[in-house]
Amino acid sequence: MGKPALVIIGNGMVGQSLLETLSGLTHDYAITVFSAEPRPAYDRVQLSSWFSGATTEDLALTTEAFFTEHGIRLLLGEAVARIDTAGRCVEGVSGASVAYDKLVIATGSYPFVPPIPGNDQAHCLVYRTIEDLEAIRDSATSSKCGVVIGGGLLGLEAAKALKDLGLDTHVVEFAPRLMAVQLDDGGARVLRHKIESLGVKVHTGKATQAIVAGETSRYRLEFADGETLETDMVLFSAGIRPDDKLARDAGLEVGERGGIVVNDRCQTSDPDIYAIGEVALWSGRIYGLVAPGYEMARVCAAQLTGDGSRTFTGADMSTKLKLMGVEVGSIGDAQGNAPGATTCVFEDGPAGIYKKLILDAEGKKLIGAVLVGDTADYGMLLQYCLNEMALPQQPAALILPASSDKPSLGVDALPDSAQICSCNNVTKGDLCSAIAGGCTTVGGLKTDTKAASSCGGCAALVKQVLDAELVRQGIEVNNDLCEHFAYSRQELYHLVRVHEIKTFDALLEKFGKGHGCDICKPTVASILASCWNEYLLKPQHAGLQDTNDYFLANLQKDGTYSVVPRVPGGEITPEKLIVIGEVAQRYDLYTKITGGQRIDLFGARVEQLPKIWSELVEAGFESGHAYGKSLRTVKSCVGNSWCRYGVQDSVAMAIFVEERYRGLRSPHKLKMAVSGCTRECAEAQSKDIGIIATEKGWNLYVCGNGGMRPRHAELFASDIDDDTLIRYIDRLLMFYIRTADRLQRTSVWRDNMEGGLEYLQDVVINDSLNIAEELEHQMQAVVDTYVCEWKRTIEDAQALRRFDAFINDDSADEHIVYVRERGQKRPARPEERQQLMAEAQPVRFDPQARTEKGEPA
Amino acid sequence: MNSKAQVTGWADVCAVSDVIPGTGVAARINGAQVALFHTEDGFFALGNHDPFSDANVLARGILGDIGGKLVVASPVYKQHFCLHTGICLEDMAVNVPTWPVTVRDGRVLVAQQPSAQ
Repeated sequence: MGKPALVIIGNGMVGQSLLETLSGLTHDYAITVFSAEPRPAYDRVQLSSWFSGATTEDLALTTEAFFTEHGIRLLLGEAVARIDTAGRCVEGVSGASVAYDKLVIATGSYPFVPPIPGNDQAHCLVYRTIEDLEAIRDSATSSKCGVVIGGGLLGLEAAKALKDLGLDTHVVEFAPRLMAVQLDDGGARVLRHKIESLGVKVHTGKATQAIVAGETSRYRLEFADGETLETDMVLFSAGIRPDDKLARDAGLEVGERGGIVVNDRCQTSDPDIYAIGEVALWSGRIYGLVAPGYEMARVCAAQLTGDGSRTFTGADMSTKLKLMGVEVGSIGDAQGNAPGATTCVFEDGPAGIYKKLILDAEGKKLIGAVLVGDTADYGMLLQYCLNEMALPQQPAALILPASSDKPSLGVDALPDSAQICSCNNVTKGDLCSAIAGGCTTVGGLKTDTKAASSCGGCAALVKQVLDAELVRQGIEVNNDLCEHFAYSRQELYHLVRVHEIKTFDALLEKFGKGHGCDICKPTVASILASCWNEYLLKPQHAGLQDTNDYFLANLQKDGTYSVVPRVPGGEITPEKLIVIGEVAQRYDLYTKITGGQRIDLFGARVEQLPKIWSELVEAGFESGHAYGKSLRTVKSCVGNSWCRYGVQDSVAMAIFVEERYRGLRSPHKLKMAVSGCTRECAEAQSKDIGIIATEKGWNLYVCGNGGMRPRHAELFASDIDDDTLIRYIDRLLMFYIRTADRLQRTSVWRDNMEGGLEYLQDVVINDSLNIAEELEHQMQAVVDTYVCEWKRTIEDAQALRRFDAFINDDSADEHIVYVRERGQKRPARPEERQQLMAEAQPVRFDPQARTEKGEPA
Repeated sequence: MNSKAQVTGWADVCAVSDVIPGTGVAARINGAQVALFHTEDGFFALGNHDPFSDANVLARGILGDIGGKLVVASPVYKQHFCLHTGICLEDMAVNVPTWPVTVRDGRVLVAQQPSAQ
């Protein structure tokens, strides 16, 4: 008997979610996936970001490697022609036939194109797949004006895309208001005003009757009321229809208006066939949102793996989103259709804010809400609504502008079953048990529970639950750096700045106690260096430094050090390469190429470091700061000077950036990379700062990480010029240095940041804290005071004395012993060392050993 | 050490000003490698050998106090050793030898033999 065969039709967001859920469960299915599209699942919710700089890769939700890793057969570009329920097999359009024991239909939906004469012309397009986006982009190159037919959620997203493409953009809606499903008249009016102020023309109550040849443009729309509108392109976004043709043809039960009928287990009328996502009709409803689709995927995965108890019980259709920069939220019965419903409305016309509460007949419970222009209250209101909680005495106060007496939800009142994160189905109870298990940060909760890790909409609520729960469980979060300072790193940074403190002793005297330790000393040394950039080995700073900073080299396991000269951007002349080779040969250093396009020389004893560096500095090398919590390297691809595909000079930019930020002391090490085109050969999206060339300038990615916990960098700004790029990096890095915890990489810093990427963009790009100038100024001060630490050290007789192996003796450490392997030395293992030391006994304390340049192996 | 010949008395190691306050240096005492530290509370000498990493590096550790004990943190794996007793705070079963130190006329003197355990 072979494994049971599971076939999944469709690899959209929900289909992929099913695969990921299954991969985390125990099962023995042999899985085959049919995907009509030519690429694995991508994020359809974020499609419009494709026009503001995100690449197809950015939108990807998975990779082909995922399928290989889990042994899943993926048939890309293979649409399904037929389901044979009698023969229990699925036939692909190219003739492939795959037998199934269980089948899941996750074909999603297709865009509805109204039956208007002329709707099939070349520049009449839809908006759903990456191929659609490419067609829109191509059409836009020969168009000046574009019309979106449909003023719903997707229509407005599409309008943003046309706006980003530089078209004169119109939205035509049949209903009398925008977002007719989610908003009421008042909310729609405010939204319309805001969108029009962005330059998009809105036409409501317009029924398009024909698309004919235009006079001034390519086409002309003819409306039922006799008016017309000229345009070069038409984009249909008038709703979606479940893609249920396969099921229909196979004789499965479908709804009157489409959709495959499923039960609470997501089973169709054939119990071995399941349907999930936008194609499934549950209890007479189609859910056109991704969160209910994910929940169906979880239910289906449970059913397939034998957990029959998990069922789909419906989903809340509340939404919160940002349309063309306008925040919109809709909860529950937004139109107030329930009998006897009453409302509270707050409207601030000039600010473009509209909020409405819909209460039940008694005015005791919240049954719906509309929010336009400000959705800060969304999470709180949603909880009131979903959990049917009693409202405060004056419900209207909930939507008034923030003031001291504004009632807060009091997350304590929420039941443990309250769903906090709908994307990943995380309840308050899940969060509480993670907190009880020792998790005390938002970042930790994201990792442990996945809450707030998808859309991030619930981040503020997660934080509130965390804070309340820590208090309730009596867990005290101690941010004290160590026993000597009752302050966090961030607080110490401020104290150093504000009080202009220049030494550790002064800080300890004023704000600390005791003598200090190996936690606070290097932390304070780093803060002092970030602020004042003084020479690290000044006597008052020397004792604070970790051994790497003290000897300006990297300690290895045998007590020797490694040496990394700076090779900016990874560009090096043959002459310099030869010098490195000669130095390595002379001191018999083990030589290895690093991941950051540099050369690491291992096995240098402390007393050799000054001599090695004299030779390197003489040849024009500088310290590479491989030893510091500071900028390491800026990796680059070769760029447009040589590469056929490059669009910018990535090497020149990498060198510029590396030379600007070299030596900058920060809470942890910093890595950067610059790629010359979207192929991304420098792997910039795994760096703290990633810069990727575009035709128009640079895309800036931030807070990525490789290492133990890889994190993709996020797109921070698109198509910016050189000056803007540097300005943003200046501000971002200084803000990081100012606010991060000790040894916190930018990735964790970002994960813990309330408000997330948007907040960071607000601070750095929009200067919401009014500190941009100060941050730039502080960075410039560091840049202006840069001195190569090694150049300075070899000129300083006093500093050089510290590199003596022994203060009273010229001998070398007899404990450092090497053996040869693959043509180079490596530290002897303990047993090898014992033997070699015994043999070398007579020359152990030879004073000549120190002055000889070559070391006997 | 190999040489079993008893050497008694003090070894004149260096001047007080040779060691920056708050740092350590390595010294040879009667063949042995010793880590000599200059703290606010005077000079201390421990074996330079770090038993956890098996490297001669303790002189390069950061000085401090933990729970009232003066300590040096190993620069390799960061265990703390008490400057007075040589005992490791993280694992009391592990200790490094200590040497008596004294200061006379601006010179730092270290005993030729480590203190008895």
